[in-house]
Amino acid sequence: MKGPGQDPAAPGPDSALSGSDAPPETGAPQESVPSPGSGSPAETGSAPGSAEARPPGGSRATGPKTRLRGTTKPPTVASRLLQNRWAGLAGLLVAILAPFVNATPYALSVMTSAAIFVMLAAGLNIVVGYCGLLDLGYAAFFAVGAYTSGVLATRFDLPLLATVPAVLVATVIAGIVIGAPTLRLRSDYLAVVTLGFGEIIRITANNLEVTGGPSGVYGIPHLVDGPVAFYYLTVAVVAVAVAGAARLGRSRLGRAWRFVREDEDAAEAMGVHTYRVKLAAYIAGAIWGGLAGVLFGAHLSAISPASFTFLQSALVLMAVVLGGMGSMPGVVIGAIVISILPEILRDLADHRFFLFGVLLIVVMLLRPQGLWPARSKEALK
Amino acid sequence: MTQLVWNGLFVGSFYALVALGYSMVYGIIKLLNFAHGDLYMLGAFTGFAILGAAGGVSSSAALPVLLAVLLATMVITGLAGVVLERVAYRPLRGAPRLSLLITAVGASFALEYGMRVVAGADPRVYPVRLGGTTLEVFGARLTVQQLTLVAVAVVLMAGLNLLVTRTREGRAMRAIALDPRTSALMGIDVNAVISRTFFLGSALAGAAGVMAGAYYGKIDFLMGFLIGLKAFTAAVIGGIGNIPGTMLGGLLLGLLESFGTFWLGGEWRDVFAFGVLILFLTVRPTGLLGERVTERV
Repeated sequence: MKGPGQDPAAPGPDSALSGSDAPPETGAPQESVPSPGSGSPAETGSAPGSAEARPPGGSRATGPKTRLRGTTKPPTVASRLLQNRWAGLAGLLVAILAPFVNATPYALSVMTSAAIFVMLAAGLNIVVGYCGLLDLGYAAFFAVGAYTSGVLATRFDLPLLATVPAVLVATVIAGIVIGAPTLRLRSDYLAVVTLGFGEIIRITANNLEVTGGPSGVYGIPHLVDGPVAFYYLTVAVVAVAVAGAARLGRSRLGRAWRFVREDEDAAEAMGVHTYRVKLAAYIAGAIWGGLAGVLFGAHLSAISPASFTFLQSALVLMAVVLGGMGSMPGVVIGAIVISILPEILRDLADHRFFLFGVLLIVVMLLRPQGLWPARSKEALK
Repeated sequence: MTQLVWNGLFVGSFYALVALGYSMVYGIIKLLNFAHGDLYMLGAFTGFAILGAAGGVSSSAALPVLLAVLLATMVITGLAGVVLERVAYRPLRGAPRLSLLITAVGASFALEYGMRVVAGADPRVYPVRLGGTTLEVFGARLTVQQLTLVAVAVVLMAGLNLLVTRTREGRAMRAIALDPRTSALMGIDVNAVISRTFFLGSALAGAAGVMAGAYYGKIDFLMGFLIGLKAFTAAVIGGIGNIPGTMLGGLLLGLLESFGTFWLGGEWRDVFAFGVLILFLTVRPTGLLGERVTERV
């Protein structure tokens, strides 16, 4: 179903880190002609000023116009630099070298958290970025993973690694339970249902005895000894996860995801089993989130329901949107920014989330494609 | 038993008030306004600020003063809703739905934590507390204040229903819900009507916020989050976009919660409510009174 090997033209596993980019020559021409399928058929409520009825450029509706801005121009030097296939490797190199610059326990802890956050964002990018499904309860899968491994490891004295199969099973089940009934519905229903699901998981963890109630699970064993070793392990796992997600995005399934995102009806008409494809995206996102949860538990050695609030889900979403939905390198950068920024701006702690909210609106209004937009042969939307 | 029913109806009337705004906005521009619950929160804080500025309120005059505050708050939250629509939603009206949803989440975030910056993270105690005379009706214990609040809610809802079904303005709203472009051709100022819809919906949410503040006595900046979710659940149960359906859904959700709490215990109340939401979406996604909505191509 989701073998990365399905893309035969792949140059090698490393380059996958650079994400769903295509060589720079591709961007421009297709964009200026609005293809019949890429209008906004789902927007039954579109206002009279909506862009599809007007010639491009003279439109008052700023949304669609700005969406094209980044792609109609030929790539600049900067963006060509960003499109470089070595960007991913360079990022990995930075991550490997970072402890040589600053290896205080605090810095290591922050960097490890950031790496875990990158993995979460990569997983959410599959759901939101590739498939266009808004998941507002992504922390639920994070929680399912963290709790499954934490509870199993502490109750049965298992090494953490042995809980991974159980985590996989649990997250897949969670993904199916929540995805199966809701993915048939309108996309905006999904958003609220996932929001509710996130709350259900958190409240359940808060109420059950086996999960330790409000105080949570503590004494989770470490995966490896020492913070430095764990940092490198995390970086390795996250690198593989990010590369895997990016590869998945370029596979046959990934193309189907993007097709569904662009125009679900057209995809259906072309023979894409949209429901199954969406469920696959959802489950993939769940697995990524669950595995990130295992790392999270191992990192902090204690988890509690307070770590899995809506705030967490919203922050991950923020990272994906800021970086550029569907663009794996952008999402990685976005995740790093979102997770490191609060550490730098400690003085602004009170205003931080307010600024995040405003930023979310501003990004959507002015630069919906994100800081580092996805470029591919397919039209962007 | 009757006590449970009464509690359910009481909470349900709050849900219905908040859900109406959700439902109206959704019915007209197909936008899930995530910030709607936060307008409820804003209403509670606005009422708090007005009461604080007015100084202490003697308990004898509490109810008339509260009604005046209610009206003032409705105007202010209504205007806040209009500003929100103008700044965050209108520029994106032709954009993909995902962008709008994300903007709505951002707006919700900004309102919540903006209020935290302004009012602080700690819960505030409402200066007016309604408590008092107890009546015994069919074995259920209810207070005069509860009755008043329910009556206010019913009046507001009935007024809204009249507005939407009987007036020129309401006809314009329904026309836009059916087809915005054709409505514009028929001479309806679509943007103005949408603004007024936001005003109405937000004003109702603000009213509910003041009432909740006065009744429960404690408000905080995250109080809108959960009720926003609940209101959506109520709207889905009744049929989103359908005004009588939404009212019914709110009352029904209140009843379900009241009985669910009784059977399962208070800590599972929210889980139960969201479970009902998921069940409804699986079995009858159009809600009890909703019509089947097909996404037009």
